[in-house]
Amino acid sequence: MSGISRRRFLAASVAGCAATTLAGPRKVLASATFTGYPDGMGVLVDLTRCVGCRSCEAACNKEQKLPAPDRPFDDMSVFDETFHGGKQKRRPDENAYTVVNRYNPENAAPVYRKVQCNHCNEPACLSSCFVNAYTKTEEGAVVYNSKVCVGCRTCMVACPFHVPAYSYSSALDPVIKKCIFCYDTRLKKGLPPACVDICPQEALTFGKRKDLIKIGHQRIETHPGRYVDHLYGEKELGGTSWMYLAPVAFDQVGFDPNPGNEPIISHVKDFLSTVPMVLAIWPAMFTGFHLLAKKQKGDDDHEHDAEKQHGDEGGEQ
Amino acid sequence: MKNLIGWGVKPVDSHVNEKNDKPWSLKEKLFLGLTPGQYLGQALRNPFNWILGIIFAVGLPLIAYRYLFGLGAVTHASNDYPWGLFLGFGLFVMVPLSASGFLLGTTVEIFGRHDFEPIERLALLNGLLGYFFAVVYLLVDLGQPWRLPYPMFVSFGPAAVLFLVAWHVATYLSVQVAEVSVAFFEWIGWLGGKRFIRRIAIGLTVSGIILSTLHQGALGALFNYAPGKVHPLWYSAPFQWIHFFCSAIPAGLCMVIVVSTVVKKTMAWRCDSNFSDNLDRCTLGLAKGASMALITYLVIKFIGVAHDNEWGYLATGWGAWFLLEMAVGVVLPIILFAYAVRHQVVKLARLGAIITVFGIALNRLNTALIAFNWQLYQEIPHVFEVIVCVTIFAIYVVVYRFLLYRLPILYSWKALPQEALAAEAVKAAPIRSTGTPAGAMYRKID
Repeated sequence: MSGISRRRFLAASVAGCAATTLAGPRKVLASATFTGYPDGMGVLVDLTRCVGCRSCEAACNKEQKLPAPDRPFDDMSVFDETFHGGKQKRRPDENAYTVVNRYNPENAAPVYRKVQCNHCNEPACLSSCFVNAYTKTEEGAVVYNSKVCVGCRTCMVACPFHVPAYSYSSALDPVIKKCIFCYDTRLKKGLPPACVDICPQEALTFGKRKDLIKIGHQRIETHPGRYVDHLYGEKELGGTSWMYLAPVAFDQVGFDPNPGNEPIISHVKDFLSTVPMVLAIWPAMFTGFHLLAKKQKGDDDHEHDAEKQHGDEGGEQ
Repeated sequence: MKNLIGWGVKPVDSHVNEKNDKPWSLKEKLFLGLTPGQYLGQALRNPFNWILGIIFAVGLPLIAYRYLFGLGAVTHASNDYPWGLFLGFGLFVMVPLSASGFLLGTTVEIFGRHDFEPIERLALLNGLLGYFFAVVYLLVDLGQPWRLPYPMFVSFGPAAVLFLVAWHVATYLSVQVAEVSVAFFEWIGWLGGKRFIRRIAIGLTVSGIILSTLHQGALGALFNYAPGKVHPLWYSAPFQWIHFFCSAIPAGLCMVIVVSTVVKKTMAWRCDSNFSDNLDRCTLGLAKGASMALITYLVIKFIGVAHDNEWGYLATGWGAWFLLEMAVGVVLPIILFAYAVRHQVVKLARLGAIITVFGIALNRLNTALIAFNWQLYQEIPHVFEVIVCVTIFAIYVVVYRFLLYRLPILYSWKALPQEALAAEAVKAAPIRSTGTPAGAMYRKID
């Protein structure tokens, strides 16, 4: 091997190694499937009990010190609001971390559904965040650190439940706004979140997630006619801390009926695992191609002729 | 400019003013060797500048407005479509169109196809500017753009795809700056810098391939976070990143053809014979490469459909839209390229390239905006958002033109006599024995 090609080879190898070091231990951490902290808390939402009083919305507004709503919380006409051509119901946004929507399933009484962050075991927002702004706490909450957030909004793209919202109206300090399970003010101290505390119908049950799963299945067993036989969130998308019982099929009350049981991160693992391979293989492969391309032509006077010929081929075929 | 050349003005292409044998000053170089009056005159006579002026008059205040009053002031502030046109166009379209840098770098430096050298610098510059302006679009879109360095220095989320994109785009931008700086060093007359970059050319090119493979793919993998939101025809869990990477190849090659076509038409005075005479041949060569990549892309797109058994979707309205994208954006250019290469019709290859650029752009817009949230509703971008996008694109065009006018991208810098002598010496010496300075002359002096 000539001195020059050795030097080039070394240069390329060094560049490759540098790139490998940069990429580091990407993704190895999350490759095992995580099913939640053993004593993580959760909430069981029983849609058969909810009467749509919106007191949870009011309690959340007060607890999280959110701005006063356009329409008061005792105004039930919000249930008739639709957006974007009548297809969309209300969703959580920067002024409301939770909303209740009314659905009118066929041949059944209206069903009210509370929407808020479901606090996934393996949150998509967390795994998609490139500054690690999200944390799944031992208590079960998915909390967010606005101090490091750059505002790329990938978490909003990633969230399968359309939960995180952005305070687009702020020019200087826009941040993600979403339910944090009242982590700072309540959950940390072992208290239930404000919405659960205030619910007059006991539609919301606060407890350890593993206990709530048992309670949910017990209710279905005891009242088979009242519920569809499914605890939404027990397995969906890797499991969520908030889980739902419903009187009708879940797609009739606005749920994605089939989101799969894999957490979102599983869809990305394939790509993430190819990264170290590309970093490791490409440098040698392309430096190799280069050496092969050189060798073929030799390094004496024939070089230019050889190139000319190749050029003609390239142009005329 | 054409008129001025007609009157005997010669644009700067070397260090020395031929008229008085004095070196050009930096100011003279910036004015292309014209007097400020001449320069202003040619700028004002160009109707395109007036169009740009109108765009800037409307768009620049809007950009200021966005920073003063927040993103919500110029977009629909959608929580369902967090990424609008700024990323849908600015990032997801600009980046594949900028794959040209690493592709031509690989062709020339790695595979030693020096017959593509006349167009290599244009491809490198196209890559650099495309990435740079993708970052500019990003700075408009980020909620807190001043925190852009956070993933590098403040808080790390190394398991996130975007972390990889951020690092790789940042690193690759520096690689591209280094690659293009050769032309800049020639222009300012600092040969040491040029020699240094030449010496590390292979390393730069190889790291360019690595970084490009990964972040072109990573942009696709970003959508793997939204399996339920992107329509299944535009989403493929195992292949999304390969689809994005593979389609970036024809996109990058065709963007070079498109830009070279525009350049040939609008600034022929700046192109030297090495560029103009070789352009048709290079164009057909690029078209050939692009058509192979397009065929591969077509096949793996349908493998994606087959793998997830999504044939049923093809019979729906979305399916028709998907098939249209494939027919117009992929199959039609393949046919045009095949005919063009077979019969040496360069014009058809250029037409095919324009269609390919639009086809791949449509694919990215489909994935990021149109087929995104297909089960919800269709977001139509705010008119201000469109204007801001157009304005930034106009800035991109102005910067592009500014550099092409000046740097030796389309023409060869005429070396000083002593440099020419040095070059001769290197050429004469057997390559093996030339020691350190030989690396500087890595690119063969023809």
